[in-house]
Amino acid sequence: MSILVNEMTRVVVQGLTGREGGFHASQMIAYGTKVVAGVTPGKGGTLHNYVPVFNTVAEAARETHANAAAIFVPPPFAADAILEAIDAALPLVVCITEGVPTLDMVRVAAALRGSQTRLIGPNCPGIISPGKCKIGIMPGQIHRQGHVGVVSRSGTLTYEAVGQLTHLGIGQSTCIGIGGDPIIGTSFLDAIRLFNDDPDTHAIIMIGEIGGNAEQQAAEFIRGRVRKPVVGFIAGQTAPPGRRMGHAGAIISGGTGTAKEKYEVMAAAGIRCVESPADIGQTMAGLLDKSVAR
Amino acid sequence: MKIHEYQAKEIFRRFGVPTPRGEMVTTAEDARNVAQKLGVPVVVVKAQIHAGGRGKGGGVKLARSADEAGQLASKILGMKLVTPQTGPGGRIVRRLLIEEGLEIKRELYLSILVDRAVEAPVIMASAAGGMEIEEVAKENPAAILRETILPAVGLQPYIARKLAFGLGLTAEQAQAAVPFLQSLYRAFVETDSSLAEINPLVVTGEGRLIALDAKMNFDDNALYRHKDLLELRDLDEEDPLEVEASNYKLNYIKLDGTVGCMVNGAGLAMATMDIIKLAGGAPANFLDVGGGASADQVKNAFKILTSDKEVRSVFINIFGGILRCDVLATGVVAAARELQLKLPVIVRMEGTNVEQGRQILRDSGLNFTIGQDMKDGAEKAVRLAGGAR
Repeated sequence: MSILVNEMTRVVVQGLTGREGGFHASQMIAYGTKVVAGVTPGKGGTLHNYVPVFNTVAEAARETHANAAAIFVPPPFAADAILEAIDAALPLVVCITEGVPTLDMVRVAAALRGSQTRLIGPNCPGIISPGKCKIGIMPGQIHRQGHVGVVSRSGTLTYEAVGQLTHLGIGQSTCIGIGGDPIIGTSFLDAIRLFNDDPDTHAIIMIGEIGGNAEQQAAEFIRGRVRKPVVGFIAGQTAPPGRRMGHAGAIISGGTGTAKEKYEVMAAAGIRCVESPADIGQTMAGLLDKSVAR
Repeated sequence: MKIHEYQAKEIFRRFGVPTPRGEMVTTAEDARNVAQKLGVPVVVVKAQIHAGGRGKGGGVKLARSADEAGQLASKILGMKLVTPQTGPGGRIVRRLLIEEGLEIKRELYLSILVDRAVEAPVIMASAAGGMEIEEVAKENPAAILRETILPAVGLQPYIARKLAFGLGLTAEQAQAAVPFLQSLYRAFVETDSSLAEINPLVVTGEGRLIALDAKMNFDDNALYRHKDLLELRDLDEEDPLEVEASNYKLNYIKLDGTVGCMVNGAGLAMATMDIIKLAGGAPANFLDVGGGASADQVKNAFKILTSDKEVRSVFINIFGGILRCDVLATGVVAAARELQLKLPVIVRMEGTNVEQGRQILRDSGLNFTIGQDMKDGAEKAVRLAGGAR
């Protein structure tokens, strides 16, 4: 098993006929993902790389039984695209777009409450269940099917951790990049809850960043409810306060959201914290050996 | 993006938030003239820099005549203003706000920001005006009033009344607080602010509510729809290298170490800084060249890194993924050649065709060192930064 995406996932790509959307859709198809539709308003009825294009998400979902959306539209139109996918009642929406205005996401967050949709992102690499389905921009070939769940706020840093695991022969059940923005759909807590309930996920890697308190919330849950081994890393231990470090959400304000503070809460929750990003894979390998020995 | 107090007050006035009368000046003579024109017994001379705590550093003074305003202005203009927020280097004062002095009965605190935990704008208010809100939060969190604004509902009058009575304002002042807060909320939403802060918000002798100070930060992601706000950017308040980097659309923040970093992706860029520190060195910067790391971006990044005179070595850490390492290596070699780079460059790359990429670096005849992985690369970069001295 895996979480959220698998062989049954049927994807509609919003922005399929754009440069980014077109390229990554073809990479997703090459990986084996079932891309069943595209949406570009005004291009309905055409084919793009053999994929049927529709004018609206609702029409695409009705005609193709798509059950997930991948969004690659530019930032000014991203919130609208997410809202349209929520309106079409798609269970999973993955928004890759970077640079969505925060107040747009305030509206999206309000629409998500009480809806049937789970959002991943925006400003994220997407989600992959190795060997089954990839929705996003991550390089498929660095992954390997297995039993470690990975959740992270970053893109390339997630690849780094996954690369280390695969290099050590450790596969992954599902890897989720939840995105680096202040307001996002799926949180660390949501992802870790899902991994905890998934019998096929035996251990979890959580890669956080400075800013906010999402890692602390997840740590509180882990302390009480998670018996699977968890390895944690926080990027930005050396970041100066008050500066936005690339990701809109990565900022230490008023002395809160520091790496130190997060590590303390995480360590107290029994998470095996690593200081060096180079040690993520090895540390997980050590924990897995121990749990097998037990 | 940050703006000056006088600019925030202009926006406030446009939306109907009351502020003191005043004007921005850049010379002592203009300061004198504006003070004269205001025609009040006391004027305030306020240094305009993008940092708080200006009063503590001597950047805010009272003048009892137009001449005195001129004299104070000539002292403050050009001074290096050091406040708790500027760091020891301070900031040069180039602009002043000359404002009417008011009779102050009470000083309050008021702000609107997006709270990521509730995913909506939140209004914060406290009776402890003039104090940093972070200090109030630490010492007496119960003294902070908070109201969440539901986006579909907006700021309704009852919320303003609740806050006003909570702050101990009179019935009349609470009534004035309704349009005050609604105007401020409109200014916040319509400019895509990430913060609108009034500290202090004052009750004057006549019982009026006035924004004595004003601070606005804007959401960088939303600036594309606010061309007018872009004109408010003051490049003098930013690091010159950061300004140049932003022209190249590079995400760069200058730090004070000696190992220059060039990384793709913000998370990996932060992690790279961390691992340099763990290897015993200090990062000279944060630099995210973007997911693609094109040859042009690599060249631009080299330009920025080499204009920082503290940089002793450059650590390139690229997790290519879909990007091919041979393409990346070719770009790195071309950029290093074109810029006649003398610094040691340590390259760690991962992704498709990594062996071909390394071969291209080796065959270039340039000063490249290959990092086998992130740790190895960081250790070599730190060593070479020390060795180059």
